[in-house]
Amino acid sequence: MTRATSVFGWLAAAGLLAGLVMGFGVAPREATQGNVQRIMYLHVPSVWVAYVAFAVVFVASIAYLARRAEAADRLAHASAEVGVLFTGLTIATGSIWGKPTWGTWWTWDARLTSVAILFVMYIGYLLLRGMIEERERAARSAAVLGIIAALNIPLVHFSVVWWRTLHQPPSLMKPGGSAMPGIMIVALLVNFVAFSLLYVYFVAKRARLLRLEEEAAA
Amino acid sequence: MIFARRAWVVVWKDLLVERRSKETLNALFFFSLLLLFVFQFALGPDRERLAATLPGLLWLGFILAGLLGLGRTFVVERENDCWEGLLLAPGDKSAIYVGKLAGNLLLMLVVEAMLLALFVIFFNLEIAAALPGLALVVLLGTVGFAAVGTLFAAMTAQVRARELLFPVLLLPVQVPVLLATVKATEAVLLGEPLGAVAHWLKLLAAADVIYVAAGVLTFDFLLES
Repeated sequence: MTRATSVFGWLAAAGLLAGLVMGFGVAPREATQGNVQRIMYLHVPSVWVAYVAFAVVFVASIAYLARRAEAADRLAHASAEVGVLFTGLTIATGSIWGKPTWGTWWTWDARLTSVAILFVMYIGYLLLRGMIEERERAARSAAVLGIIAALNIPLVHFSVVWWRTLHQPPSLMKPGGSAMPGIMIVALLVNFVAFSLLYVYFVAKRARLLRLEEEAAA
Repeated sequence: MIFARRAWVVVWKDLLVERRSKETLNALFFFSLLLLFVFQFALGPDRERLAATLPGLLWLGFILAGLLGLGRTFVVERENDCWEGLLLAPGDKSAIYVGKLAGNLLLMLVVEAMLLALFVIFFNLEIAAALPGLALVVLLGTVGFAAVGTLFAAMTAQVRARELLFPVLLLPVQVPVLLATVKATEAVLLGEPLGAVAHWLKLLAAADVIYVAAGVLTFDFLLES
């Protein structure tokens, strides 16, 4: 188990290195935005990992309530922590990109707002976990919150999109084919894979640590 | 049928306690009055500025009063050590949720009516024409708010820092409801037909269905001990 985890760790490290080389070396400079655009190679995979992480929280929460398997609870906990981390990274990289491009660190655009709401929602989830000492009650309460928070994501999405929008329209998947040259897509995909491996590695490590903490406390 | 009866017993018990103690309603009425003072001091006497911010202020008032009211959902059970009594209630536990939700809904609607009346009196508003549309928006928004609020009140009832944790959990989840209600209220107060805000009303209705269904399905897990 630990060996499999460290394999993921090494793969993630290699992937990140390859991703950096691809994103900052091989991929061409974007014509209008210049080098600033290269932060996309970190920004987009971060938000991808964040959404995957919260989806895992959702599924693991349901699994916990259905089966009462503590492994599912630890998975939800670990995944929520990693999800919050990558949501934070998304917001940070987005700000760094937004300052030279939009001229502002932050704006209440629809997608920025929904990611920010996601961020505070899952910080609340972690707060709840931290405030209940009783192991089993914490797991049950967090599972319910994990389900509600995930169900809320589409509602948040639609409400803030209708509220306002000015974000870059997605340039990777839009009708009529992608607007990006092939090499940029390859660089982005390498980073997608690397970040996904990193996610698996972090979650596996964190879940194991949670298990060991419980064993030590027991 | 028996489910509805069980839910009703919970509503009846809470209403009876409230009627005899008048604890929550009196305090919330006073709180609403104070909120109006605060809004007035914060914005000054400028009528136009007030009109522009009215929908937001109205919902700010509803949410603040609602946070206080909903946070007290299980206070009777906790302080009087009746939590076990609630757990011992026979049958489907989600009836307790439905009962508590109905009680909270009633409480919030009364407080909202009071707040609205206070707004009309103190800020000299003309809302008679917009009242039916406003009532619909308020009802749809309050159901969603109370549905999650009741569930989260049960979730945090046993936590030491519940007064802090309850709003911290509830507010981010309520962002869609808040955006939808404020936008719809704005349109209704401007005299626009309800058709112009149909997408917001549909979002609110969808949120209500999702929240109530999720509450009914998951409440059981929060009650076990």
